[in-house]
Amino acid sequence: MKARVTVTLKSGILDPQGKAIEGALKSLGVDGVASVRQGKVFDIELAATDKAKAEAALKAAADKLLANTVIENYRVEVLS
Amino acid sequence: MKSAVLVFPGINRERDMARALKLASGNETSMVWHAETALPKGTDLVVVPGGFSYGDYLRCGAIAARAPVMDAVRDFAASGGLVLGVCNGFQILCESGLLPGVLMRNAGLKFVCRDVHMRVERSDTPFTRGYNAGQVIRVPVAHGEGNYEADEETLKRLEGDGRVLYRYCSADGVVDEASNFNGAAHSIAGIVNERGNVLGMMPHPENHVEEIMGCTDGRGLFAGLVQQFEKAA
Repeated sequence: MKARVTVTLKSGILDPQGKAIEGALKSLGVDGVASVRQGKVFDIELAATDKAKAEAALKAAADKLLANTVIENYRVEVLS
Repeated sequence: MKSAVLVFPGINRERDMARALKLASGNETSMVWHAETALPKGTDLVVVPGGFSYGDYLRCGAIAARAPVMDAVRDFAASGGLVLGVCNGFQILCESGLLPGVLMRNAGLKFVCRDVHMRVERSDTPFTRGYNAGQVIRVPVAHGEGNYEADEETLKRLEGDGRVLYRYCSADGVVDEASNFNGAAHSIAGIVNERGNVLGMMPHPENHVEEIMGCTDGRGLFAGLVQQFEKAA
């Protein structure tokens, strides 16, 4: 079973890397970029075949390690 | 004073720390591998040194914070033992939940490696008793993620309880924007936990302890810790 955990900074948290990327996109002439926030994507393969169990395992992974919930939010998706 | 320095893969300041501890206390320091599940018997002080544990993968200190030895450190701290985390050690203590908040990317995005000044905010703690309140000391920093952030309520509590022990300042002790080189909230360089027995700080006092280093301002921190245990004994 394939899954994806997406970790993003909470709104209001300063993201200097996102700001730098935003500046670079503007200097490249990419039009219409209002703002950029950088995050992380984890593609995870699971042995489980039960969707509910898989989601519980992914949530545990995100809470325990993948995200720092002081500053980050995460989203869990079971893809197939 | 019997101290134990934790060793994680990718840490690189552990020997500097052990040397500074020996200089101050006269005792050899135990080096404790991250996979250990217990601290040496009779440990007075646990130090989480600086470096780049696990190559800073995922988030600085995130993986080290989940190492087996950290459960022993949590128990040690819960029983009142003194814990000092420097640089990556501060990041590890925040990630492990022993200290509140988080160390974000420096506001200027650059890795900063130079001497800075910090003001000792109070002298009545085990981690600052070697200094006078208001004293300005010069210490080296070397980090890319030292921008301390926490939510408003946490910051208010840290300030209200006098838990900010060290703050970045100018050479004459003024806390201002120009001296806050990494953008830390309230110019925070070092904080303690609620109980006051766990300190995390970004600068490296262990690198300013001998004449040959060009400055000995870091000695006070270690001398104060040693005094603390002499007094207790």
